[in-house]
Amino acid sequence: MVILWTDALIFLLILVVCALGFYWHDKEHIKRPLQKIAASKVGVASLVVLLFFVFIGLLDSVHFKPGQGKNNELISCLDYLAKPLIEQGEKTYSAPFAARLYSKEVIVLDDGTTKWGYPRLVFGGSHLTNPDIELLPDILKKAFYGLAQGVALSGLFMLSYLGIRYQRQNKLARFGEAPASTKTALLVTFIIVSLGYTLIYLSSYYHVFGTDKVGEDVFYQTIKSIRTGLVLGTLTTLIMLPLAIVFGILAGFFQGWLDDIIQYLYTTLNSIPSVLLIAASILMVQVYITNHEQDFTSVIMRADMRLLFLCLILGVTNWTGLCRLLRAETLKLREMEYVQAAHALGVKKSIILVRHILPNLMHIILISVVLDFSSLVLAEAVLSYINIGVDPTTYSWGNMINGARLEMAREPIVWWSLSAAFIFMFGLVLAANLFADTVQNAFDPRHNS
Amino acid sequence: MIQYIIRRFFYAFPLLLGVNILTFVLFFIVNSPDDMARMQLGQKHVTEQSIANWKQQHGYDRPLLWNPKASGEEKVTQTIFYQKSVGLFLFRFGVSDSGRNIGADIQERMWPSLALALPTLIVGLLVDVTFALMMVLFRGGTLEQAGIVLCVALMSISSLFYIIGGQFIVAKVLKLVPISGYDDGLIAIKFLILPVLIGVFSGVGSGVRWYRTLFLEEVEKDYVRTARAKGLSETQTLFRHVLRNALIPILTGVVVILPLLFMGSLIMESFFSIPGLGSYTIDAINSQDFAIVRAMVFLGSVLYVVGLLLTDISYTLVDPRVRLS
Repeated sequence: MVILWTDALIFLLILVVCALGFYWHDKEHIKRPLQKIAASKVGVASLVVLLFFVFIGLLDSVHFKPGQGKNNELISCLDYLAKPLIEQGEKTYSAPFAARLYSKEVIVLDDGTTKWGYPRLVFGGSHLTNPDIELLPDILKKAFYGLAQGVALSGLFMLSYLGIRYQRQNKLARFGEAPASTKTALLVTFIIVSLGYTLIYLSSYYHVFGTDKVGEDVFYQTIKSIRTGLVLGTLTTLIMLPLAIVFGILAGFFQGWLDDIIQYLYTTLNSIPSVLLIAASILMVQVYITNHEQDFTSVIMRADMRLLFLCLILGVTNWTGLCRLLRAETLKLREMEYVQAAHALGVKKSIILVRHILPNLMHIILISVVLDFSSLVLAEAVLSYINIGVDPTTYSWGNMINGARLEMAREPIVWWSLSAAFIFMFGLVLAANLFADTVQNAFDPRHNS
Repeated sequence: MIQYIIRRFFYAFPLLLGVNILTFVLFFIVNSPDDMARMQLGQKHVTEQSIANWKQQHGYDRPLLWNPKASGEEKVTQTIFYQKSVGLFLFRFGVSDSGRNIGADIQERMWPSLALALPTLIVGLLVDVTFALMMVLFRGGTLEQAGIVLCVALMSISSLFYIIGGQFIVAKVLKLVPISGYDDGLIAIKFLILPVLIGVFSGVGSGVRWYRTLFLEEVEKDYVRTARAKGLSETQTLFRHVLRNALIPILTGVVVILPLLFMGSLIMESFFSIPGLGSYTIDAINSQDFAIVRAMVFLGSVLYVVGLLLTDISYTLVDPRVRLS
């Protein structure tokens, strides 16, 4: 097993989240908003969708070297599971569920003669003898099989869930008695597992989302892109939070020259257009990487380094907004009676900061983290388009859109790469936005009406 | 007032100096001019001589901060920092790495940028405020619920999809406007309609949501209740009281980005090949022309600082409670 930098940070992040969850699990002021989230149908549904994305992202974050031999490229667990998709490439473009290539070529027939036409795909629909007649019925049949198996699988999930409930409550828990949000969660899980299984089942016979210019499966590309989006959305906040929290609290609490310096710092950073600052930094990183080629042995490691740098840069450009909010809130908090009382009782300043100020800023931090997530995922696409995003070899939705942009001008057009990226990106960002709304409603004291 | 403006002007100076130092550190200290030369000339077969030539051609052959070989005041002036960074304060942008005059380029390219950004801002503002007011008017009903859901859905689509989709449907399939390009004078309108429309459309989701929260905050206030108690109809209260008071945050939010409109929109301009500052910047980034990127960073921060100043002034003009002191 090989741990890349971003992998390590992701697992660190999960550790932090777990620790926070453990620390908070019996705190009343956190419990109430959490219950509010759990009671909201939209919140629970979007959370389930997000968790599925996270699950795929985590599968893709465990890297190892498959063999000791020469073929020493790093692969992840996801690559291992999706092996057929990687190996079964085509020659060039092919449409979703196609059995033939998208462009005409010279085909050599069995008897040695040549013909001008659409050649058969190596992988997609290769089990068919006469795709012109059999293709549609076969897709429908396979889809039905897949769906039936998926439904059976998710039904098994549901049964085991009900079984656990039954054991816990020691009485037959009927589905009708469960709270509305639990039903929503189960329903969403049911839909995702069934559909997901159907897709996976179909993808072992066809290219579900077609293939791209070099014949790579688009379904595989979109799935791989999930990790990039998640890493950017979460690791950036991991880098941004310490900066924003420390500077914001210090500026608000101590005021004076410290406040002046910190304000100067974030106004300066803020006044530089963020895209340009990112561009400048990424150009510098590029220069650094090309001049220190010997430090980055494999392609994946180099791409990973660039991804990490991008998170770092986005974090450095993004902390100013949260810092300003935290500073303003700290200014308000330090005049509160309980902080004054702590002062009067002789509590040390550092302890006041940790025990009285920080916990009361938590709702702002939490809200801004979930709000930032979706905008960061969207920003990645734009940055990749300007060539200052992730490495061109990294799978990401931005790179997919960037590549597909020119395909729209082709005749006939190649629409599937773009659609696949659109569907998955929209799913992730929509779920994140809806979840952010729920979190904001639950944690923001102004919404408590 | 004038005193205040002068004071703010001097406050802007350390800010810009900070920006300048930051870009200087990024561009010259993190990576030396040698690295840049090697990058520009290609990685592999670069001789020391060609690097020295490149540096001399572009004026990077001086020491960074202090020139011990020169005499008198030239110890300071004959350095990269003085030559490349201090000139920016006087808006002397110098020559790009490909040998063009950056100042002239900026003057020429800022008008197409403005021609695209200003209509987008104005139309976008009108559309957003109208829809937000409508949602507030129908608050509590299914229409508002549908509006909120639609807004979140629109927000969740990347702006790239709006551009690609709009270009494909309007320009390629329906053939209503040219796909991309630009022309001087009134013919430009033909090229600008689609980007403006797409710009407005892609901002509708977040814009309407933002203005809606502004209006909702205002709607709950006491004076609005009084207005309703007087017997004014809901539309009257909305337009006469809520809208007018909510205009203050709307206006100041717009004023701060006004100067930045000159910078143009990066992706919009490059997708529609409009020769503005946005596409200028993208070209510079893609060809790794550090001189242009540095000039644009400085220009952007100057415009931002101007925007902050204008915001402060506009506050005093529209809100009599705020006094500058």
